[in-house]
Amino acid sequence: MATLIRGETIANDSWLLLEGGVARWLAVGEDGFVPDFPYQADLIAPLALFQVRGFELLHRFGRTGIVLEPHEDPAAIASALELVPLVAVRFPKFGDGRGYSIARLLRERYGYRGEVRAVGDVLRDQVLFMKRSGFDSFSLRDDQDPDEALAAFRELSEEYQASSTQPQPLFRRRQAQEARAG
Amino acid sequence: MPRVAMYQYDEIDQRAVDERVAQFRDQTRRFLAGKLSEEEFRALRLRNGLYIQRYAPMLRIAIPYGILSSRQLRKLAHIARTYDRGYGHFSTRQNLQLNWPRLEDVPEILAELATVQMHAIQTSGNCVRNITTDHFAGIAPDEVVDSLVWCEILRQWSTFHPEFTYLPRKFKIAMSGSPADRAATGVHDIGLMALRSDAGEIGFRVLVGGGLGRAPMVGHVIREFLPWRHLLTYVEAILRVYNRYGRRDNIHKARIKVLVKERGPEAFREEVEAEWTHLENGPATLTQDEVQRVASRFTHPQYEDLPNEQVERAGHDPVFWSWLRRNVHPHRVPGYAAVTLSLKKTGVPPGDLTSDQMDAVAGLADAYSFGELRVTHEQNLVLGDVRQRDLHALWVEARRLGLATPNIGLLTNIIACPGGDFCSLANARSLPIAEAIQRRFEDLDYVFDIGELDLNISGCMNACGHHHVGHIGILGVDKNGEEWYQVEIGGSQTRVPGAPAALGRVVGPSFSAEEVPGAIERLIEVYLEQRDSDAERFVDVVHRIGVAPFKERVYGNANPRRDNRERQLAAA
Repeated sequence: MATLIRGETIANDSWLLLEGGVARWLAVGEDGFVPDFPYQADLIAPLALFQVRGFELLHRFGRTGIVLEPHEDPAAIASALELVPLVAVRFPKFGDGRGYSIARLLRERYGYRGEVRAVGDVLRDQVLFMKRSGFDSFSLRDDQDPDEALAAFRELSEEYQASSTQPQPLFRRRQAQEARAG
Repeated sequence: MPRVAMYQYDEIDQRAVDERVAQFRDQTRRFLAGKLSEEEFRALRLRNGLYIQRYAPMLRIAIPYGILSSRQLRKLAHIARTYDRGYGHFSTRQNLQLNWPRLEDVPEILAELATVQMHAIQTSGNCVRNITTDHFAGIAPDEVVDSLVWCEILRQWSTFHPEFTYLPRKFKIAMSGSPADRAATGVHDIGLMALRSDAGEIGFRVLVGGGLGRAPMVGHVIREFLPWRHLLTYVEAILRVYNRYGRRDNIHKARIKVLVKERGPEAFREEVEAEWTHLENGPATLTQDEVQRVASRFTHPQYEDLPNEQVERAGHDPVFWSWLRRNVHPHRVPGYAAVTLSLKKTGVPPGDLTSDQMDAVAGLADAYSFGELRVTHEQNLVLGDVRQRDLHALWVEARRLGLATPNIGLLTNIIACPGGDFCSLANARSLPIAEAIQRRFEDLDYVFDIGELDLNISGCMNACGHHHVGHIGILGVDKNGEEWYQVEIGGSQTRVPGAPAALGRVVGPSFSAEEVPGAIERLIEVYLEQRDSDAERFVDVVHRIGVAPFKERVYGNANPRRDNRERQLAAA
């Protein structure tokens, strides 16, 4: 079971990533129906599944989140964002950096305030940059030491750029500080 | 306060490099303790400049936009002496490479660099690399905009950029503040040509999708004039489109040039503009205050009020005269000149400098140039602010150090990558080829008569030696385990204002190492026969008469290869 880091602490995780592929949840069984979703559980659904069965997912007792693959466009869920408290972004390999842009778009373009979670090949040495791009929870790869991952957030203290954690770039913060001091 | 014309770190800049050293020290420790896999550590060490090479690790140290102080050069000399074999190699991207450091020592080397405001951050890996510019930035008379301040602004922006740490592939930005484009903006992922509008406002012509390597391409202009305030937001829009849509399925198709080509430059431009509408005027929009703040952290040399000197040819050593013509360049301030110290002496690998030479050059910089140096992408060093009246004294000292070969802009000023002698990617060696050509063209009068000629050598398709934009380009290829060399002619990185960069065309079948100097000699013969006057350069003749006459001479008619061999034997 992957460890979850949320808000820079190790956290309990109520969310269940719907596994088994989209096909499993769209396959019509012998009874003539597609399978029921667990009613109570907080479920994270792939985009393709959410697009087809989103209504049912949202009308359960448990909460619903969406997971985006790196090639998927966050614009596709822009109108659903206010309905879901969590969006996960998958990193198939740590070196695939598309998810960083997706997180920034979710936060900065679509103004999403819910939880943005990194899932997949999520490693200690990347979480700091993920956080700066807009992620606030991290489902670490199984072999990762969560305490080491927590230390990673403090490795680099300053950021030059505007980012999700620092909406103003360093030069604007500096200017503001000087204006206050002066 | 140092007297050099360079950016001085503030506390935050210093903390950033210090923390980076600590971070990499920990990453190295975890790797050596078996807690990080090869692949995971690879991505981390590359972005700290560390390659694992053919014989040993290679460490690439950033020299941001090519500016170096004498103090920094002394530190590099010390590092090369202490942790390596007493020499370093200046690369075509204005960086310094050490070929023999030990992995275990690298964190310590980085810590030493940090003490002189240096680092190896993002000198490799799939991220935004060291930003390169004109080695005469700030001093060239033909300059429209001093690019250094803008390069530093981009350096800070690109450092640890969280969104763009894992791009599909490496990303190189070059900037020129002069229409002569000595930074080769046409062959970079993003090329920025700084301009002034009719109203005097600074802005940039933005090119994307240029590059060498496999499938070389000249960049496309996607913005004729981008006002300076928008520099960061616009570059960010380009990077975001690339990060999201650049190919990640095939390493050979992952550069931005492939995306630009596949989408078409116009469609790509539209995508960037659409992305930019969201970022335009956002928080990353530059302010006058910030530009002034960065500019004010550049110290400037205190120039004396001097007249221009008239150096009389009579009474001077003819070699000094040659050096004045080739290695001394005009300066915007009267009474001053820029001087290239040639790292292209025959028998020395192009771009190599020993620790002792580094110390000596640092001394020259202190004595003659306000303690400042520049690294050129042609792998030479420049003393940027030399009093014209000191030129002879400087020449005498530079000559004693073996750094006064009067060959800048000439055939023997060869650009060459480290090649198969060092690099694990290389298909063939480049250094012995460079030396063989230099030996063939040892007659300085002849080399002067040939005039301006860029000869560039790469040991493989990755084109670190920029062979595609050499007037003559040589590419090492592997055929069944043997080293062969393909020759291109007609490439140009543009030093003529307004002319676009041009890529060379292959002359014909490749040559063995022994055949190369003879082939070059015959190319030169054709040029000398065909040129209108000595004002027409080799590359101009190639563009005027085409490749065919050159090909004919080099290969003869019947059996090019055998014919070649016979000529060689006859010549031997």
